[in-house]
Amino acid sequence: MSSVLPGELVPAQHVNLKLGPGLLRQSSLNGQPLVISTRAGEVHHTTNRSRWWIEGNSRRYVPAPQESVVGVVVGRSGENWKVDIGSSHTATLDGLAFEGATKRNRPNLKVGSLLFARVSLAHKDMEPELECFDAQTRKAEGHGELKGGFLVQCSLKMCRMLLDPNHFLFPLLGSRFPLESAIGMNGRVWISAKDPRQVIAIARCIEAVDPDGGGMDEAAAKKFFSTLDV
Amino acid sequence: MPRPPSPSIPEKEFVYGALKQSLRLDGRAMLEMRTPTLSFGPELGWVECAMGKTRVLAQVDGKMVKPPPERPLEGIISIHSELSPMASNEYEPGRPTEEEVALTRMLDKVLRRSDAVDKESLCVLAGQRVWHIRLTIHVLSDAGNMVDCACLAGIVALKHFRRPEVEVEGDEITVHHPSERAPVPLSMHHTPFCFTFAFFPDAPPLVDPARLEETLSAGLLSVALNAQKELCVVQKAGGSPLPAEEVLAIMDIAVAKARELDRLVEARLQEDWKGRVVEVR
Repeated sequence: MSSVLPGELVPAQHVNLKLGPGLLRQSSLNGQPLVISTRAGEVHHTTNRSRWWIEGNSRRYVPAPQESVVGVVVGRSGENWKVDIGSSHTATLDGLAFEGATKRNRPNLKVGSLLFARVSLAHKDMEPELECFDAQTRKAEGHGELKGGFLVQCSLKMCRMLLDPNHFLFPLLGSRFPLESAIGMNGRVWISAKDPRQVIAIARCIEAVDPDGGGMDEAAAKKFFSTLDV
Repeated sequence: MPRPPSPSIPEKEFVYGALKQSLRLDGRAMLEMRTPTLSFGPELGWVECAMGKTRVLAQVDGKMVKPPPERPLEGIISIHSELSPMASNEYEPGRPTEEEVALTRMLDKVLRRSDAVDKESLCVLAGQRVWHIRLTIHVLSDAGNMVDCACLAGIVALKHFRRPEVEVEGDEITVHHPSERAPVPLSMHHTPFCFTFAFFPDAPPLVDPARLEETLSAGLLSVALNAQKELCVVQKAGGSPLPAEEVLAIMDIAVAKARELDRLVEARLQEDWKGRVVEVR
């Protein structure tokens, strides 16, 4: 595992090479493909060295297909909704891309509504597109409008950490009080709990554990959580 | 890129609901400030002020210039503030935004027009040579209440800065290098501090608003005063109307905060000065 800056050569060679985020294949003069990094971070690869990716921390989200994101509705244009997902362009969401939506029965969204959606199209020359259902099964699978609760912004590394089922924070919080969450890959986490104090406690814990903020480990976070009066 | 949208409906409702119960998002009390951390750079007059995640860098330098003919006996102080997309993704390069104009005006009022620095002491030779003190403010990161942080960084930088000693014999001006003679601090009349209060419907006022509180507030009021209870600036640009009693109550709070902050700033400056090796030959 080594650290790279954008533009550095990465020694990724495999017959069945698969490149993840932050890596780009380029052909060189002698026809040998080269792999260079496009982001700063740590290079990771699987044990058989067939899959390579870069893990770093940043705050600006770059959409990638099939990732779940939390977005804010900023307007509508015709049939579509314009949704801010923290990327450099607003994403479009088809007004019918919801579970059970028909021409007559479509969800009643407002400007400012929060959504949990999946990126269905992310191309460098096009606006990203979102959908709130699985295009095959037409089931929501948890996507759709988020009502109530609160939105916490964190770094992109933090939301990847939270998505890891082995991460300590949400089990720790969930053992004290019931909570709901929707973690977007775009550095936005929607949380909901019964009491505003609990919501504030979750928000402060996320902030404290975020490597971009407090950067606490499990023991420190436990101690910090016990000082919060919830 | 268009400006990011205003906070979403759930965020707005939650903040209003929580503030009604006097709960703030970062767990502070309504009238509790984030404690500023001041760090000094290797040079004199280089100060970084951080309040939570809001960070501002202030730097002072001085050079000698010919004064304008209408003010031959006064030095010049100029303040340059910069608000780049580095501070927050809400700011774009190019055309100054509303926030940038407000910041520049507030800095000008608090640091320059309040006469914090004695301008006449900056005169070296009447009509010939005066000091031009240039204060540059960079907003490194804006997580709310950037104005207070910038004002604090600016005033501490001015207090921290020392200009080279100058000797005048007839018309001859000798500037002594800091290694020859100890540089002298700027002569300051007073140290004004800025405090921003945010108002919400059905909730008590709060001091030092965070980013979300700032954007959702019904009105903001900035006051600048020194520890001697001398009021310099009151700024309220629009927002909900306030009764006079409330403004007076806020002044009392601000006086207490200014005293507290003054002690902190003095302590930090002394600490830093003790740690510095000043060579005097």
